[in-house]
Amino acid sequence: MASIGKILRRTFLIGSAAIVGGVAFGVYYVRRPAPNPLSPGEGEAALNPFVLIDRNGVTLFAPRAEMGQGVKTTWAALIAEELDVELDQVTVLHGPAAAAYYNSAMIGEGLPNKGYDVSNFQHNLGEALGVIGKVLSLQVTGGSTSMKDGFERMRHAGASARETLKQAAAGRLGVDRLQLTTEAGHVVAPDGTRIAYTELAEDAAKLEPIEADLRDPSEWRYLGKTQPRLDMVEKATGTAEFAIDVRLPGMKFASVRMNPKLGGGMNGYDDSAARSMPGVEKVVDLGNGVAVIASNTWLAMRAVEAIDVDWEDAPYPPETQAIFAKIAEAFDADPNSTMRDDGDVGVTPEGATEITAEYSVPYLAHATMEPMTATALYSDGRLEFWGGNQAPTFMQMKVADAAGLATEAVDVHTTYLGGGFGRRGEFDFGVLATKIALAMPGVPVQTTWSREEDMRHDFYRPGATARMRGAVKDGKAILIDGKVASQSCTHQAVERMTGMGGGGPDKVLVEGLFNQPYAVPNYRISGHIADLQIPVGFWRSVGNSHNGFFHETFMDEMAHAAGRDPLEFRLELMRDEHAPSAGCLEAVREMSGWTGKTPNGVGRGVAFTYSFGTPVAQVIEVVDENGVIRINKAWIACDMGLALDPENVKAQMFGGMMYGLSAACYGEITFAEGEVEQGNFPDYDALRMHTAPEVEVRVLETNRFMGGAGEPGTPPSMPALGNALFDLTGKRARTLPLNQNFNLLV
Amino acid sequence: MATSLTINGKTHQVDLPDDVPLLWVLRDEIGLTGTKFGCGVAACGACTVHIDGEAVRSCQVPLSDVWGEVTTIEGVGTPEAMSAVQQAWVDHQVAQCGYCQSGQIMQAAALLAANPAPTDTEIDEAMQGNLCRCGTYPRIRAAIHTASAKMKEA
Repeated sequence: MASIGKILRRTFLIGSAAIVGGVAFGVYYVRRPAPNPLSPGEGEAALNPFVLIDRNGVTLFAPRAEMGQGVKTTWAALIAEELDVELDQVTVLHGPAAAAYYNSAMIGEGLPNKGYDVSNFQHNLGEALGVIGKVLSLQVTGGSTSMKDGFERMRHAGASARETLKQAAAGRLGVDRLQLTTEAGHVVAPDGTRIAYTELAEDAAKLEPIEADLRDPSEWRYLGKTQPRLDMVEKATGTAEFAIDVRLPGMKFASVRMNPKLGGGMNGYDDSAARSMPGVEKVVDLGNGVAVIASNTWLAMRAVEAIDVDWEDAPYPPETQAIFAKIAEAFDADPNSTMRDDGDVGVTPEGATEITAEYSVPYLAHATMEPMTATALYSDGRLEFWGGNQAPTFMQMKVADAAGLATEAVDVHTTYLGGGFGRRGEFDFGVLATKIALAMPGVPVQTTWSREEDMRHDFYRPGATARMRGAVKDGKAILIDGKVASQSCTHQAVERMTGMGGGGPDKVLVEGLFNQPYAVPNYRISGHIADLQIPVGFWRSVGNSHNGFFHETFMDEMAHAAGRDPLEFRLELMRDEHAPSAGCLEAVREMSGWTGKTPNGVGRGVAFTYSFGTPVAQVIEVVDENGVIRINKAWIACDMGLALDPENVKAQMFGGMMYGLSAACYGEITFAEGEVEQGNFPDYDALRMHTAPEVEVRVLETNRFMGGAGEPGTPPSMPALGNALFDLTGKRARTLPLNQNFNLLV
Repeated sequence: MATSLTINGKTHQVDLPDDVPLLWVLRDEIGLTGTKFGCGVAACGACTVHIDGEAVRSCQVPLSDVWGEVTTIEGVGTPEAMSAVQQAWVDHQVAQCGYCQSGQIMQAAALLAANPAPTDTEIDEAMQGNLCRCGTYPRIRAAIHTASAKMKEA
């Protein structure tokens, strides 16, 4: 293996050169440019895979899926910042599935460091390892990585496009490129002559792209400032196209019913009743499920329900209790990882008070507002695919497999996502839609799942149990020894995506638990993998979603055992360990006017989680209204280093918090006879207008590296609420959902 | 037998079984996809439309029961000519994934038509049937207050 220094140097050099050419970082064999996925037509110049200019205008390609996080707007702003176009002059499209759009930031996240403590060297190593994303075709929207990933690459794309257009203008005007400037989609000559980019596109296509330095942040016009979201008017007028809105000539509509005993097969079925129902065109045997193609979605849903199916059993214990017994069994085996092992946790130091607690959280569904939906058209050995998905290259591969086609024979069109939260990083719904469309060649078929089908066939946030032991002395935490047990969604997801069994230490299992910035001298965290076959996957904030609850509820318990204010207790352990984290706690203390005291009938809780590179602190206030508890107010402070669009970051922060609070209050997936018991929103509810708190968000910018925004708002919400309920009632929330033990407003 | 429906001021003849819900008539037959499917059991509000000005869950209204003129999100305003409510949604940058927002806007528009200056409690009551998994509620509330103020000026 070459020295790390050499790889870093080459990556840095090649990185910027390759970016200008429309590709990415490179090491060794990945140095060659990935093929440009945009085949420019006559009169167009594809300057690189992120910008397309023709006579009609400028189109920017945002290679990440817009699932509500505002990425479409911010990616466009990154390009426009260097390209000198007005945001309202350009069209922004989702990029097609292509290796050139790999996610370099996501792989960097996989390194076994804690994140907040990374040195510059490790940070660069993370960047260098990003090339692996390209090898694996990791065009993924997830892990709150979009901005970390796009920050440099998009601006380089814009800068290169600008300089190349200037060169084309220079040739035409017979002047030196350096004498030219750019403004609002035009090259401007010293004598005031203006030539539109659209006029220069053809000439620019004949030139080698030119590399240019990035502008100093002091010159930014868009970045760091809030932009009107480019998808907002569409979404306020019902004109935004989601997967379920794709309409094609001659289209048919389908719905599926897969084995509710997840992973079990199908012994047989009787579809005689369904076949004679109105509008039904075809029943499709999917091997472990059935589908009906009809003239509209509702007729298809009704007919598919009318099929009498004999299902095989599930490959896991059929009842929730037995499933959690299996999770507890994992504690008896060796840990899969011990990512933190500081000092000595073997003995509780003399004079210290020992605290132990066991926590448990349920399986959770994603419950995106738009149920799983995709459209496919199979004809002449090609497949066209439309859907909202977080990983177009994987989708393309899997859909091609299902159709028995080469990946090049599949076009993936990414629509807006009616919620992602990790669910649309899976490809099961695309594969099923493809198999169904194969049954009707030449006809576009849209497959929409019922809400019940969606909720009962998810890749769930795994249920998890934690056993925590700690010690406090002289008002300080001096020992934390924690173990968490759950299924590994990483191992399962790797297996689904690559076909190879995932293995090795799973950082995700313990994230949010091992890597929190508290200076506790004796600190050990182990992860135990439960051997269960329930489908599990990435749910907004992933491992942090349960570990944040475990860690921060336990911190609260330790603070109380130490007789300390829970906010001050945390702050003291954090100040020297990670200043930006402490800054978040100080901010919510000030915003909420935290005194550690609350009047009768009011409770307040604080929690903190460092995840996806972003520390987030939250204070939540609950009120008792005649015996019914309402979440009244929330204060959030985050520090993601550089906030490219502050108002959008605020929306992500409070949205992430609401998602977490919904789960904390009401979210629970349970099993009976091998089937998920919840089917629709009445039994899997979420916060609503009257149960959602008022919220105030502060965005700090002191962190050294850019953090994520989409997920870090979720983890601290659950413990902050639990801690507030403790403050109000004196009853400690050690299990979720909270509506089982507290009389919450519904 | 074909059923005659008036939707956004236009008459449509629909030849479908009586029990097909209005939601699917709008989406799959007429091609008005702004109205969304979320749950099919009137628990999320994504499919909210107006019938004679009243906000209803179109997933629960069979074709044969459509008792009046239907207005969908497409009939409230267009990208070129947005209604005051839609403009307030844009001003407050409400939407995230955006999937539930057609239903939210239809519910809010019906509220404001009946009650031009709703209090927070009245907003809570009117909007609690509309689910948003992205948690955009604070901005929805603010947008309703803004739309109310704008409509008062007009």
